[in-house]
Amino acid sequence: MSDVNLDKSPDQEPVVSDGGELADPVPARAHLTFAEMAAQGHLPMKLDPDAEPVIEIDNLKMYFPVKSSGLLRRTIGHVQAVDGISFSVPKGGALGLVGESGCGKSTTGRLITRLYTPTAGSMMFEGQDLAQLSPRELKPMRRHVQMIFQDPYTSLNPRHTVGTIVGAPLSVHKVVPKNQIIPKVQEILEVVGLNPEHYNRYPNEFSGGQRQRIGIARALTLNPKLLVADEPVSALDVSIQAQVINLLQDLQREFDIAFLFIAHDLAIVRHFCPEVAVMYLGKIVEIADRETIYGHAHHPYTQALLSAVPDVRQAAVGGRRERIRLEGDVPSPINPPSGCRFRTRCSLAQEICAKVEPPLLQIGSRHKVACHFAGELGAHPARPVTAGLLGVDDQGSPKPGETPQHFNLGPTFEKSWYDIGLQHMVSA
Amino acid sequence: MTSQSASAATERGADPFLVVEDLTVRFPTEDGLVTAVSGLSYSVGMGQTLGIVGESGSGKSVSSMAILGLHDAKTARITGSIRVEGTEIIGLAEPRLRKLRGNSVAMIFQDALAALHPFYKVGAQLAEAYRVHHPSASKRDARRKAIEMLDRVGIPQPDARVDDFPHQFSGGMRQRAMIAMGLINDPSLIIADEPTTALDVTVQAQILDLLQDLQREFNSAVIIITHDLGVIAEMADDVLVMYAGRAVEYGQCKELLTHPEMPYTWGLLSSVPDVTADTDARLIPIPGNPPSLLSPPTGCAFHPRCVHSDKVPGDLCATTLPELTPGVRGVGHLKRCHLANADDIYQAEVLPEIAPELVEES
Repeated sequence: MSDVNLDKSPDQEPVVSDGGELADPVPARAHLTFAEMAAQGHLPMKLDPDAEPVIEIDNLKMYFPVKSSGLLRRTIGHVQAVDGISFSVPKGGALGLVGESGCGKSTTGRLITRLYTPTAGSMMFEGQDLAQLSPRELKPMRRHVQMIFQDPYTSLNPRHTVGTIVGAPLSVHKVVPKNQIIPKVQEILEVVGLNPEHYNRYPNEFSGGQRQRIGIARALTLNPKLLVADEPVSALDVSIQAQVINLLQDLQREFDIAFLFIAHDLAIVRHFCPEVAVMYLGKIVEIADRETIYGHAHHPYTQALLSAVPDVRQAAVGGRRERIRLEGDVPSPINPPSGCRFRTRCSLAQEICAKVEPPLLQIGSRHKVACHFAGELGAHPARPVTAGLLGVDDQGSPKPGETPQHFNLGPTFEKSWYDIGLQHMVSA
Repeated sequence: MTSQSASAATERGADPFLVVEDLTVRFPTEDGLVTAVSGLSYSVGMGQTLGIVGESGSGKSVSSMAILGLHDAKTARITGSIRVEGTEIIGLAEPRLRKLRGNSVAMIFQDALAALHPFYKVGAQLAEAYRVHHPSASKRDARRKAIEMLDRVGIPQPDARVDDFPHQFSGGMRQRAMIAMGLINDPSLIIADEPTTALDVTVQAQILDLLQDLQREFNSAVIIITHDLGVIAEMADDVLVMYAGRAVEYGQCKELLTHPEMPYTWGLLSSVPDVTADTDARLIPIPGNPPSLLSPPTGCAFHPRCVHSDKVPGDLCATTLPELTPGVRGVGHLKRCHLANADDIYQAEVLPEIAPELVEES
């Protein structure tokens, strides 16, 4: 978003020539001992179950039209990039969004920052529906929702100085008078661990990790309440990734920022996010707190994803870990499979999966899953757990006389849920 | 595979398939001489996998490209020795090198979209790789071989997909096609340069399975270059950790990853979170940035970023480059560090912070 602002920015800082020599990219620092370094290292963030949601996404959809070739360019189909997802991000918390490439996680991030206008659904933020706002109404709201981009090499304008890039949001939103922009920029650069005197340098003079810090500084200038971080560390070297993750955690604690953390690296998401949503082909298939997702995942796709992650601990045992092999590729989102979208690659799939789409059912105090055969790995039930709720028989055909029950499909977790073992509603 | 019996013989013989000795690669640039790799030695036997770990600019790719003779002979200054099956590569004439490339030594590149030619059909590119080394083969034979290889790497409907262009393949399929191209001449040595870095975890698992199956089948030697220690842990027999163009730690995979003795390796382990780790484990980054190879730091190249150099007496780290010597745990485990009791420090200080649940066991 700030990128867009940058290009519109009418007044640019006059570029102050540096004159001096290029400093060594390795800053001269006092020697740290390991104990000091370890104390700066961060523990994974804890979940605050009572935090108010800062944003509530309800049944959000984004369909991109597919045009025919030729003169008329008729719409011949839609890419269902995001198809009816609901979740909420708690205040000062972090929700991780994981999935394979093409599952719609980046589109979700761009919808929340309104880089795209959603096809349907609502995004409630401070009592306003971001999905319905006009560009004029949206402008004051953009202060509160900012974005960090994946690639620090393409998300910074190479012809603008760091001062212009980081200061652009300030001048666009007229937060501070023009003559105070530079001191404010320097203040923010210091917060993200850059030398404040480098404000008149160009992005090419910085390393990858430092550039990502500039991107973070730009997102921070307006004191946002929600930051959408789209793969913020995947373009960085391993040793630099941890520095940036620790910085994001510091900022979150200091400024009480909520994060929507989009990544495909499950280990980093586990460290950063107390809550995780797993997406597959435009839908959320499972959403739960960290312990449940990583310890007791109930969806076969989540289980397959987790088993595919290579593990350093494996060195002690030798050889490869036993893993669930997913065959083939993700189906096309233009023409997704009927019923459950994962059924074409799922080892549990039965007739009901092709006929009825499983709802994202709450099965624990902080656990929702969309699967007819939800269960822990190796303990999946033989009969669909959802058949009774949906008013269908085990093959997925409608049962005469039975009506589907009504249950919570909203963005938040309810006090009562459907226990798949007991097959009825229970409450906390 | 014709060379299988021959390779079994070399395995029984004294010399491993690939021997790299004291390899140094320098590039003259406008700003001065860059020493990309210096004094690197390792060996890989048939059926073995060597994992090379390091950050960008640590010389991992440069050293493996030297094995294929891919550096410009006019500018790159290469010294030392690289022997593939007893043949010295350095200084070898281009026609002989060309015979070697893609035939007994093959490379799998990181970015399959950039490594495949966008204007040629996938099948045609595979067939070309085959015909170059089999001049007597007809076009039809080459095409049949291409289809067979695509089938071997698990591409569905290979007889139809052989006429597709690279952009019609998905990311995982392109990587498979590249592996098929690398393996079409049954190479004895496969160099995989970050083969799965751009891929999703599920596809990564498929590709790693494939590499391992193929290695088992053809008994090839494999060098896998990556920065993902998880991939190393599951794939490699031996591990080489590189920093600023030098080997800083070298040993058996299990030994090296459970008892690392070099603070840089500790830093790599502590800066990557783990999916199975205790949630009390801390993420401890390595401070600073990788050094410039134009003017590497004096002494140990890692000392400006090292948080353990206070445990070494005096200014040793800043003044003297440590030798790559056996550590406290035996001759098979080499390390380049002045720390005398590295393993004790790792077990007592580092491990409790990064993996508290492992401390009781060890």
